[in-house]
Amino acid sequence: MFTIFKKTRELEAEINRFLDTIIEASVHFQEGIKYFLQGDLETFEEKVRIIDRLESNADQLRRSVEENLYLNMLLPEARGDVLALLENSDDVLNAIEETIIECSVEKPSCTDELKSDFLNLVDAVTSAVEEMVATVRDYFTNLSDVPNHITKIKVHEHESDEIGEKLRRKIFSKQIELCEKLQLRDFILRLEKIADLAEDVGDRVDIYRIKRMV
Amino acid sequence: MSWLFLSSGLFLGWSLGANNAGNIFGPAVGTRMLKFRTAALIASVFVIIGAVISGAGAAHTYSQLGAINALAGSFTAALAAALTVLWMTKLGLPVSTTQAIVGAIVGWDIFTGNLIDKPTLFKILSTWVASPILAGIFAFFFYIVLKHYMNHVKIHILDMDLYTRIGLVLVAAFGAYSLGANNIGNVMGVFVSSNPFKPLNLILFRLNDTQVLFLSGGVFIAIGIYTYSLKVIRTVGKDIFKLSPMAALIVLFAEALVLFIFASERLERLLLSLGLPTIPLVPVSSSQAVVGGVVGVALAKKGWRMINYKLLLRIVWGWVATPLSSGLLTFFSLFIMQNVFLQPVHFPHPYVVSQEVITKLETMGIEDPGLYQLEGKVFKRPAKMKRVLEQRTFLDESGILKVIEYSRVDSILIDTTRLYSLIGNADFTPCQIKTLEKLAGKLFIYKWQLVDTLEKMCKDWRPNGDALHDKDLEDKIRLIVSKFSLIERD
Repeated sequence: MFTIFKKTRELEAEINRFLDTIIEASVHFQEGIKYFLQGDLETFEEKVRIIDRLESNADQLRRSVEENLYLNMLLPEARGDVLALLENSDDVLNAIEETIIECSVEKPSCTDELKSDFLNLVDAVTSAVEEMVATVRDYFTNLSDVPNHITKIKVHEHESDEIGEKLRRKIFSKQIELCEKLQLRDFILRLEKIADLAEDVGDRVDIYRIKRMV
Repeated sequence: MSWLFLSSGLFLGWSLGANNAGNIFGPAVGTRMLKFRTAALIASVFVIIGAVISGAGAAHTYSQLGAINALAGSFTAALAAALTVLWMTKLGLPVSTTQAIVGAIVGWDIFTGNLIDKPTLFKILSTWVASPILAGIFAFFFYIVLKHYMNHVKIHILDMDLYTRIGLVLVAAFGAYSLGANNIGNVMGVFVSSNPFKPLNLILFRLNDTQVLFLSGGVFIAIGIYTYSLKVIRTVGKDIFKLSPMAALIVLFAEALVLFIFASERLERLLLSLGLPTIPLVPVSSSQAVVGGVVGVALAKKGWRMINYKLLLRIVWGWVATPLSSGLLTFFSLFIMQNVFLQPVHFPHPYVVSQEVITKLETMGIEDPGLYQLEGKVFKRPAKMKRVLEQRTFLDESGILKVIEYSRVDSILIDTTRLYSLIGNADFTPCQIKTLEKLAGKLFIYKWQLVDTLEKMCKDWRPNGDALHDKDLEDKIRLIVSKFSLIERD
């Protein structure tokens, strides 16, 4: 019985560390894009490396949680849901990492008039990710607050869609090369995708919440 | 020979363990919250403890309904009940050992011409209806409280998982204890009056003969749990195993509580000491209590619309069909046992309206000229005596029952060798022990003669209006009669 107490505490700590890692990555992502748009490529590349490391840390933590849940026969009812939730949250982190790496590889050129819109878009996306993490945390500890966070994710996701569309319209009305337009569009779609994935996690939590209600 | 006769009861015990263990830990094992081995160990230990420590209360009610005093009679009744359970299970009909055994006892009463104790029968029947309803009310209430609590506290899902596991272990232990205490009456109740066992001295404590009987029944329940319950959990009763662990915890706790309150002599004494009405101690069906609990949780969750009337009808059908089939089967089996195998299925008490009985009844205000016409007449069957009294006297129903009760010949011989084993079995006061010792070697034809003598010799034997004291007295007198009656000795 004592072992199960200990394992439970360890597992709780691991899940928390996993979620903290996503939040940390999201903050570095927001700052990294800001530095990229400001032209401070050295700090930007530093952020890319940090996010890459955080992503592999998160993968390790997720695997360890999965292993522990199965080995110690914990949460037999909600185990599947918890694992799906962790994997989907990890997908968001993967999307963050892929986006910033692509940015580092392609270095899309962005005119000054588009920069503030890009910053707004990144703000909306990271806000959605932060709310997603809060939703997952509350799924574990405080079910009654889950709906509030889900509403906030939806608001930020919608906001990112709107900003993304506005940006794309601006880009395609500009007199620049088509290849540049397509590159920027791809970058915007990648950013929007992160918010979409965060929203998917929120939707899943909503279902799991109903399942968990006594 | 005794073991051979006991085998039908032990078989009933095995089948109870196999079929009802699911009602204690089925969902915990089904949802993989507990390992089967852990659950079976907890359940087996506590079922035996419950049966030995607290089994007497509920089992006694069956002795009131029909004190089957010959081993062959007990064997036949238990076998008929077991076969009914087996047969109805095979037909896929709802069945409960509780209902089967009551039918068997009434079948024995009818076959042997005993009077059916209507108040006791009514008490038993009313608990059949009350137990699922009570389990439903408990589960409904627990669900509401738990939901309210869960909405106001922040507990990590993993901690909740841990607490639910601990809860399921505790409920499995409590449920097994209550099942043992409540349902040992179903398994061994019919053997209490014909018990072949002697008291057993274990080093740390002593078990009286009834407790030894219940221990053997408890062990067979445990064997049933180990050998067959997993199969039953996996194949039947899918409805209750679909519950979430938390809802299962509520349902199982409600069920265990119902089994407990219908079995606990301590609770009865507490209520008596507080001057409150008591809850009858009667074996009830754990499966029906579980169904009641599930309905209670579902009601709290979804409201009245979800009630499955078909399921309720199946329960009512069980109340009627099971005792009827088992009663009929017992009646015909007793006939065969008595006339083909030539085994005594009961030791009849003669009923004699003697001059002493008439005088005693007159002091109680029961007078009728017809009684003098019956003076000296011996009746072998109380049912027949009742018919004669109805024809020849003007007494009302309660008067007639009193005449029958006071004319019953028990032939109580207080013998010294049995006296000391009796004293170890109950909590007698020094004054009570002294009077019993003084009466050693004396013979009392009627029970009331013994009671009158005891009352005269020591004030501790007199009822004083205190419900607890008076119930204690009743239990002690019953014990003395069952120990010293020459008629019930083989």
